[in-house]
Amino acid sequence: MKMKNAIILLLIIAIVATGAVAGMKGLEVGNVKVSSIKQMMKLGLDLKGGVFVVLEAQTDTTGKELDKIMNQTKEVIERRVNAMGLTEPNVMREGTKRIRVELPGVKNAQEAIASLGTVAQLQFINAKGEVILTGEQVKNSEVGFEKDRGNIPSVSLEFTSEGAELFQKATKEAASHPQGSPERIIGIVLDKEIISAPAVSDEIANGRASITGNFTIEEASRLSALIRGGALPVTLTEVQTSVIGPTLGMDSLNKSIYAAGIGIALVFLFMLIYYRVPGFIANIALLIYILIVLYVLVGFGAVLTLPGIAGLILGIGMAVDANVIIFERIKEEIRNGKTLRAAVSSGFSKALTTILDSNVTTVIAGFVLYQFGSGTIRGFAVTLMISVAASMFTAVIVTKFLLKLFISIDIFKNTKLYGA
Amino acid sequence: MKVIEKKKLWFSLSIAIIVIGLIMGMVQGFNLGIDFTGGTMMQIHLGKEVAVDEVKQITSKFDLKADILHVGEEKQEIMIKTKKDLDNNARQEIFEAFKEKYNLKDNDLRAAEQFGPSIGKEIQSKALLSVAIASLGMLIYITFRFEFKFGASAIITLIHDILVVLAIFAIFRIPVNSSFVAAMLTIVGYSINDTIVVFDRIRENIKFMKKKNYTEIVDTSINQTIRRSINTSLTTLITITALYIFGVESIREFALPLVAGIITGTYSSIFIASPIWVSWKNWEVRRGRYDAN
Repeated sequence: MKMKNAIILLLIIAIVATGAVAGMKGLEVGNVKVSSIKQMMKLGLDLKGGVFVVLEAQTDTTGKELDKIMNQTKEVIERRVNAMGLTEPNVMREGTKRIRVELPGVKNAQEAIASLGTVAQLQFINAKGEVILTGEQVKNSEVGFEKDRGNIPSVSLEFTSEGAELFQKATKEAASHPQGSPERIIGIVLDKEIISAPAVSDEIANGRASITGNFTIEEASRLSALIRGGALPVTLTEVQTSVIGPTLGMDSLNKSIYAAGIGIALVFLFMLIYYRVPGFIANIALLIYILIVLYVLVGFGAVLTLPGIAGLILGIGMAVDANVIIFERIKEEIRNGKTLRAAVSSGFSKALTTILDSNVTTVIAGFVLYQFGSGTIRGFAVTLMISVAASMFTAVIVTKFLLKLFISIDIFKNTKLYGA
Repeated sequence: MKVIEKKKLWFSLSIAIIVIGLIMGMVQGFNLGIDFTGGTMMQIHLGKEVAVDEVKQITSKFDLKADILHVGEEKQEIMIKTKKDLDNNARQEIFEAFKEKYNLKDNDLRAAEQFGPSIGKEIQSKALLSVAIASLGMLIYITFRFEFKFGASAIITLIHDILVVLAIFAIFRIPVNSSFVAAMLTIVGYSINDTIVVFDRIRENIKFMKKKNYTEIVDTSINQTIRRSINTSLTTLITITALYIFGVESIREFALPLVAGIITGTYSSIFIASPIWVSWKNWEVRRGRYDAN
């Protein structure tokens, strides 16, 4: 019996240790490969770097009309975002007239933000200032190259049949004017700014045109993406932005992990010195707790943010709490003359209601934070609540089981080892 | 340790801190974070330590009235904070100015944040609402689990904790922002947690120590739980302080109010919560006697 329990204990310690190593470094046994937790965890924008922008529509419309405009706006922005070729970007409506855009891993934040908010209202204007056609009559737009000007990038346009007809009419009209006269010019205007003003040489009937200028490849592809994406139905202003460079994100993550490591090591040391055998047990329970919380986060696909890490680290400190309450209670029971076994049983049952009551209040705080908090703070609430649940489980189930196992092994029977 | 005997000392100590802090807060205003007021933050890696005055030469061109502080390893990064709501173009212009002067690359703009003034107001009122709702939720729970006097004493303690931490932030002009509020809510949960452990013990001891008076019962209960209170706070403080020392700037903003709050919460669970409850109980007993006469 004693032998058996000792083996069980050693086995548990071995499993927990393996779990901890696998979590930290990843594990490879034969064909089975387990990635480290760091690799499996979904990271928030503040940790992996990226941009989020909240844009607000400048409009007085309300109700269904506003709803329609906002949905159109969202579609346009989605098209623009998709053209950026990022992994897992996110565009969502927030409130009645806001749109939240998340761009993880975007390289040039300034440029990306600029292209999101561009109205991209494309117009072709004749010499009299009349609008001939707009971006809505453009079917497609791509980057082209001007062969006769040393392959300078340009933006090619393909009109819809309606657009082609209008364009043909306008070019015919322009070409009827004498060579060199200003009436031959058709202006291409983007967001009220003339970006190109070519003179028409002949009537154009094929429904194609190109915008030329001294574009770089990037400028040309951005412009064509904007035209393809269509014009925004409203003007948008930036009401909230966050740009986190990839360097800072990685730095935040690594420093937090380092801080957590030191914090955990100190807590382990403290528990061991102050509570001895129960302290050692609490440390095993704590390791199990940490693994549970991290794997639950991974399992739920929860996004880890910087405040989320704070929640985890806070949770570790608090997880010790339940153990401390139990151990102090057991010590008291021993001092009151109970045997070790009886002290453990009554200590646990007396500590249980205290642990329950005190944790419920933390859950209330976490729940409210989740409901009313914004962005990264919600990550904090999630990790806090998972932490509380996991700490109750480990303290009440795991610690109790381990403590009983220890007591059943003779060498740990001296009550002095329990700090009494 | 006889805690109740000196309750006037504990009460005056707390009241003094709160009053000083709140007066300073009223006079010079709280240092509200840009997420509450609206504003812009830019964090730029300069590759070397640059004096604040030199940085101000650049920012003053843009009329920012900015706060500038050094962050990062070897203070090679600067953080510019202004209450002005700068859009993408304006931020780009400022960064270009630094880029030119210090020969930077695009990725040296480590981070930027911008909050429009309307968002700031929303975040602020949401924060206040959440503190109110959380407090109400806890009051209901404690009243349900214990009795109203315990619940009310716990809530007074909780308000005490919030005020003390707010006072500390006012005295040292530390920015109050949404991280602060999240930390505050955690503290509220944490402090109540501590308080409940003591109250739980009082509730239990009332059953065993029927003949003794409330003052004695509470003193015994506090002494029975004080080691637990201190040890738990210590382990939590260890981890959070590690985060404050080794973490990056934005997480330190989060860790600092937590550290202040945990210390306050532990203090108040021992020196404020139970003394309030005892005073209330004893007052009731005295009134009962007079009524009998």
